Amino acid sequence: MLSIENLSVKVEDRLILRDVNLNINVGEVHVLFGPNGAGKSTLINTIIGNPRYKVVEGSIYFKGKDITDMPIYERAKLGIGLAYQKPPEIPGVKLRDLLKIIARVDWEEIERMAEILKFKDFLDRDVNVGFSGGEVKRSELLQLFAQNPDFMMFDEPDSGVDVENIKLLGRIINHLLEKDRKPADRRKAGLIITHMGHILKFINVDRAHILYNGVIACSGSPEEILNTIIKYGYKRCIRCYQRRR
Amino acid sequence: MLSKEKIERIRRAAEKYRDVPAPHGEDIDLSKYKVEGGKVEINSLEDLEEEERAKLENLGIDVREERTSGSYLQINNNVVYTRAKSKVEILPISEALKKYNLEDYFWNLVEIKDKYTARVALERTGGFFIRVPKGVRETLPLQTCLLIGREYTSQNVHNIVIVEEDAELNIITGCATSPHVKSGLHLSVSEFYIKRNGKLTYTMIHDWGEKVHVRQRTGVYIEDNGVYINNYVVITPVRSIQSYPAVYCAGENSKATLQSVVYGRKKSKIDLGSKVVLSGRGSRADIVSRSIADDNSEVVARGRLVGEGEEVKGHLECKGLIISDEARLYAVPELDARRSNIELSHEAAVGKIAEEQLLYLMSRGLTEEEAVSLIIKGFLSMDLSGLPPTLAEAVKRIMDITLEGL
Repeated sequence: MLSIENLSVKVEDRLILRDVNLNINVGEVHVLFGPNGAGKSTLINTIIGNPRYKVVEGSIYFKGKDITDMPIYERAKLGIGLAYQKPPEIPGVKLRDLLKIIARVDWEEIERMAEILKFKDFLDRDVNVGFSGGEVKRSELLQLFAQNPDFMMFDEPDSGVDVENIKLLGRIINHLLEKDRKPADRRKAGLIITHMGHILKFINVDRAHILYNGVIACSGSPEEILNTIIKYGYKRCIRCYQRRR
Repeated sequence: MLSKEKIERIRRAAEKYRDVPAPHGEDIDLSKYKVEGGKVEINSLEDLEEEERAKLENLGIDVREERTSGSYLQINNNVVYTRAKSKVEILPISEALKKYNLEDYFWNLVEIKDKYTARVALERTGGFFIRVPKGVRETLPLQTCLLIGREYTSQNVHNIVIVEEDAELNIITGCATSPHVKSGLHLSVSEFYIKRNGKLTYTMIHDWGEKVHVRQRTGVYIEDNGVYINNYVVITPVRSIQSYPAVYCAGENSKATLQSVVYGRKKSKIDLGSKVVLSGRGSRADIVSRSIADDNSEVVARGRLVGEGEEVKGHLECKGLIISDEARLYAVPELDARRSNIELSHEAAVGKIAEEQLLYLMSRGLTEEEAVSLIIKGFLSMDLSGLPPTLAEAVKRIMDITLEGL
């Protein structure tokens, strides 16, 4: 579904990503690990089409289309969605109204999801205004559910969330990504950014990557990668990557 | 009835200021705008022409008068309709002057100090007189409509509202031009009196033609425990508006809340302020303004809190968005403390729409135009506080209708 080829990205004249290759097929969920400043957010922002992130080399293909130069809202219309880590406040705009504008599923379904997320009371609140860390996450998931994109990205969906809610959010993400369906019925794909991720206990992830210093240093099964990080830390990854080169 | 001395005093002041420009707002050549007479009367608001009716309905006026406590309609300078549906008294000002001794109410809070007030004093002038009798707490809103129906007309208005002790009223005023009319001049003087434990909510919504000038002079006097809430909404383009009402919180624990929502579009020049003088012990004031300057507009948001009494408290909040590089947004918050045990504060912030907000909405599939319009709507639909639910709904509806075209 999403294919990234030799991607290099600059932000304000600083090269952040170098020669990144990534391929995510229909039905797959990938997770991206990496220390702060490794370029994880840059990758997500580049995929969503934030114009501050300039592609200096390489291409991004989505559903077979080259979207490297496509404006942000057209990518959204094509089926890319993002659950933000720290979304901006939109004062005066009720969450309910925003959901109705972006909705590609019936309102009844959105209300049902709001109930599952224990977020119904927030529908008449201004979008993100005064939301706590956990509330932001639930609001983002609800919006993503309403938007119903085919490819979903989650930027730190578990940061600042208490243990009890991590389980709930993890399950919802798993549901959004259709991981609770038979493999043949899955039409979605996803990319999750997380630091260490208790949330991964509740999501069926297919593949993991380590992003370090702007390059994908290592890829493998989620358990393997996670164990490597726990055992050796991120530093080891870059040495391993350099050796391979 | 007014004493001969008062009439003479008014006349002399008006003669003196006949050609004197106002300190704020561009100077208007009054000779271009005619004060017309004539007499028209209608039997109900539904007798109005279809287009005019629709326009008033857009402003939240209930033309079928089902959920109102009274109505007043003035076209140009003619009071064409008054109807009281409750204990609230409503009269054309000319009749009220015959019926009551208004010596202490007429030209008492507003001074004749420029050519606009002078014209209202000297020439044919309409306006309403509304009196809420003691103890009457009316829940349904009373609606007043001021319509300009002909090009280059000078609409003159002198209003008096008296809320007696323990009484309460909500007034919605819709100001508009007939749909085909582009130009005009609206000059108004308003004097509101809120007696002990009284409460007045006054919501004014404007929908003028693009070449209409508006000059309003307003004074409000609040006695002990009295409450005044003012909402001022102007979203559609206008040539110019200049208004700087003065509210006197003279009574103990009196309270004033002034909220304005301004969207400057096209070549609109809007200079709007609120001044509250807190002299009553423990009196309070909140001034909140939201302004947007778009296109080639110029918006000035003034606010002034004067602390004179013991233990008074006032806060001034001024938020502005500037959309276009051709526009100008000028915020002037002023605090004037004249005593030590008081608390006055202000916050003002002016800026452009945050790119982060735009990108966030666009990543949900909104185009840039859609995202801008949503952010603007959100910015303007501040929660009007202190309004009863029915009135809050009416105001919200008006905003929705007016902002729909964005």
